[in-house]
Amino acid sequence: MGSAFSAVYVRDLRLALRRRVEALLPLVFFVVAISLFPLGVGPEPQTLRQIAAGVVWVSALLASMLSVTSLYAGDHADGSLEQMMLSGQPGLVIASAKAAAHWTVTGAPLVLAAPLIGLLLDMSTAGLLTLVVSLLLGTPILSLLGGMGAALTLGLRSAGVLLILLILPLSIPALIFGAGAVGAVDSGLATSGHFSLLGALLILTALTAPLATSFALRIALE
Amino acid sequence: MNRSVRWFTFAAPSRFYWLVGVLNPWFWTAAVALTIAGMYVGFFVAPTDATQGESYRIIFIHVPAAWMSMIIYLAMAFWAAVGWMFNARMASVLARALAPTGAMFTFLALWTGAFWGKPTWGTWWVWDARLTSELILLFLYLGYIALVASIDDMVRGDKAGALLAIVGAVNVPIIYFSVRWWNTLHQGATISMTAAPKMAHTMLTAMMLMTLAFWAYSFAVVFTRAQAMALERDHDAEWVRQLALGRKDSS
Repeated sequence: MGSAFSAVYVRDLRLALRRRVEALLPLVFFVVAISLFPLGVGPEPQTLRQIAAGVVWVSALLASMLSVTSLYAGDHADGSLEQMMLSGQPGLVIASAKAAAHWTVTGAPLVLAAPLIGLLLDMSTAGLLTLVVSLLLGTPILSLLGGMGAALTLGLRSAGVLLILLILPLSIPALIFGAGAVGAVDSGLATSGHFSLLGALLILTALTAPLATSFALRIALE
Repeated sequence: MNRSVRWFTFAAPSRFYWLVGVLNPWFWTAAVALTIAGMYVGFFVAPTDATQGESYRIIFIHVPAAWMSMIIYLAMAFWAAVGWMFNARMASVLARALAPTGAMFTFLALWTGAFWGKPTWGTWWVWDARLTSELILLFLYLGYIALVASIDDMVRGDKAGALLAIVGAVNVPIIYFSVRWWNTLHQGATISMTAAPKMAHTMLTAMMLMTLAFWAYSFAVVFTRAQAMALERDHDAEWVRQLALGRKDSS
């Protein structure tokens, strides 16, 4: 089981390394989307500071959802997904490995880029730190939920938009606690409650989403 | 004669079609009669509210619609799950038939809420926990409808929809509580909707009548839709052919 996980995980990372520009696209989207907000809302530092955490979080959410569409699509198109599901390895392990690979390729760069972006929006040091921790806990949730959406919409004509419609309502709790943590630290409150709830959400999602994803993959491949 | 209840008798589309044909006139009649009674009590018998004046009367549509929107989501998830687990086709059809009605009631609850909010709170919309979760419920309905509509393969659509409905039903409490948490963080509750004012008996009667009317309407419209879906799915089955021939003969 462990070897199946690492095999799928390493394979996905290797594939991403072969197509480096493609793998970096979500990060580029993230930065471009965020830089639109000051242009739209106005450059006042006070306003920007107030909306910074929410803007970063929403952009991370959209970047994850846009990139996760292709998580299973390529493997589905060339038949390797079917082979994986037929290999006798639990679908749960494959789904977890895929989600983990997606997070490593798209989620982790977002977490690393977030402090720089936060500086553009005039965030405080404490706020930046909280933002990084909240994204560190929250982006894996997005990858896990996104993987489920990608499996449900596998091979459909309008898979991209459909996936966003399906998964965004489910990711609202992560958004609330993630962006809320930064809001709490800015108003001088403790963030431990937010982090605990985000952690609980992460554990719950990690336990249930891969199972749902493997069911969805079986439904899609039947 | 076999005395034990045969639960799955009406899982066959042909028998379901027949059963709905028998029951539906009653549901439609009940829906119309109860709506008229509820509207009459609500608009002419129930007293004017001391603080809100006449505008409160939208409660007779607003609250039952909000109730239905939540109950129908659970019913939809239940029937979708039954259809998935037991391969019961009619259960999946029912789940699909419930979705548009549930979405309609969710929208109705939001719309009437806006109409009620304008005269009482002075605004069409507040990001109150209840309003926000109702809006998210509408998104969940739309997601389900969009997913099953965009999958051409009927069986795959049923199963994928079932999975999504179950995941949604599990998430509804999580979403509701996180939205409540978010709202209390952002601002103190400017309007408390949880403290229900004491109601006059006639107001309660009108609301109950309207609730029953909405139930009857839901049964009627969902069954009608399920009937049409059953015909569509079984379009090459013998019973549909018989039905079509019988209709032609009698006309």
